[in-house]
Amino acid sequence: MKIVKQSFKFLVLAVLMFLPTSILAINAGGDGGQISGKQEVEEYIVHHLKDSHDFNLFSYTDDAGERQHFGVALPVILWSSEGLVTFMSSEFHHDDNGQVIVEKDGLKFTKIHSKIYELEKGATAVEFDADHHATNASKVLDFSITKSVIGILLIGLLMLFWFSRLAKQYKKKQIPTGFGRILEPLVLYVRDEIARPNIGEKHYRKFTGYLLTVFFFIWILNLAGLTPLGFNVTGQLAVTACLAIFTLIIYTISGNKDYWMHILWMPGVPIFVKPILAVIELVGAFIIKPFSLLVRLFANISAGHIVLMSLIAIMFTLKESLGVVGATSLSFVLSFFLLLIELLVAFLQAYIFTMLSALFIGMAVAEHNHEHDHEVSSDVEDVRGDFI
Amino acid sequence: METLLNDFSPGLFVVSTILMLALIALMVKFAWKPILSSLNEREEGIQSALDAAEKAKREMANLQADNERLLQEARLERETMLKEARELKTKMIADAEEEAKTQANKMITQAQEAIVSEKKAAMAELKSHVAGLSLDIAEKVVRNELSNKDKQLELVESMLGEATLN
Repeated sequence: MKIVKQSFKFLVLAVLMFLPTSILAINAGGDGGQISGKQEVEEYIVHHLKDSHDFNLFSYTDDAGERQHFGVALPVILWSSEGLVTFMSSEFHHDDNGQVIVEKDGLKFTKIHSKIYELEKGATAVEFDADHHATNASKVLDFSITKSVIGILLIGLLMLFWFSRLAKQYKKKQIPTGFGRILEPLVLYVRDEIARPNIGEKHYRKFTGYLLTVFFFIWILNLAGLTPLGFNVTGQLAVTACLAIFTLIIYTISGNKDYWMHILWMPGVPIFVKPILAVIELVGAFIIKPFSLLVRLFANISAGHIVLMSLIAIMFTLKESLGVVGATSLSFVLSFFLLLIELLVAFLQAYIFTMLSALFIGMAVAEHNHEHDHEVSSDVEDVRGDFI
Repeated sequence: METLLNDFSPGLFVVSTILMLALIALMVKFAWKPILSSLNEREEGIQSALDAAEKAKREMANLQADNERLLQEARLERETMLKEARELKTKMIADAEEEAKTQANKMITQAQEAIVSEKKAAMAELKSHVAGLSLDIAEKVVRNELSNKDKQLELVESMLGEATLN
């Protein structure tokens, strides 16, 4: 009986592991019909990496040859040339090439490559130039509840639910039970391994809340990106930029006198070097640090999605040379192992983002108790050395 | 780079910023603050319990050391007492021996003295007795001699004869 139960558990686990690949494969059925060529795979992957205005679970072609989509339409909220315009994304009828024109309040909108354009007055159809850029339409500010926004909302609510329940548990007992027992060591991990050593014993409490939020937010969203739901929130530049700018604002606001001193008027170096160093330090603090944060997360997650989807696409691209069974099994095996690596990357990127945020904050609030005479060694590297 | 910039959606940036701000605020208020303070509390509790245990251990060790010291002292005391007793015993035995010896000597001397005096008395008595006996015998002899008057006269004659010679 026990063996049966265990093998059943294993089976469930195996199915769960393969589920993302299998359903993404269904998903890879694409918007414009069955996908078989390399060009179409590439286009599909590029399309997936972008944000989407509707939450499409899968699509199929019915007996009548019509393309059917299974999913949820999401609200589109636009700030157009004449103010706020809202409608449901279903009005685009899953078109992504500027074919369907939606008319609202006398304004015409169309969607090209996941971006919503407003047509110029009097235009009835989108005209494209040689590079496939629309010539008679311009982008509008798009505050739509896109798939990424839904992802952020869902994960945010999930986090609130999990952690407020954990918080409530502590009121009744000292040691949490159930799922809280999994969450508690993670919280402790972020506090004791990321916040405390990088920021320092004296100041870490103030920033732990932010670091914990960011860590779990990125990690869970990374993991959600590996599920069949196909979120790609942490692969959106806008989202990673938002997170990086939060970190930038926090370490800029909480920077102490020493920090600004080291940026603007580096002690311990000849006077003519100071302005040059100030420029370098300013660029480092305001451009390089946030960019390293936002690009690293974006690039890692996007790359993971691209490779995973390419491996899944082996099913279609190598169907002719390897046969259906050969291509499918090769695709399954490769994407399974990549999925395992991506599970690691999901954690690693959350860790690195949080870790670097903590490090930057730590550098800004570090207190120097050594005197700066004319030592060349007392620069930011020294501070960094103190905390690693 | 151009595609990247093209992909950057300002709308999504604004929406995610607002959502993140809300999420951070809510998480800090409803989750992290209570969780972290409870964890701190618990850690402090554990720390104080550990400290208390350590203190109790130290006290225990102190107590044990005290006990050991007391035991050691008691042992030493017992040792000295035993030693003293032993010394006392030997001293008493020696004293007793000494006294017995002197007593014995004294008794011996007394006995010797008594013997001597007894002997003297006996001798004296013996002497007087012998003297008495001698007198009696002499008396009897003399009486016997004197009963014979002729002989007495003869003797007196002889004695007188001697005396006249002088």
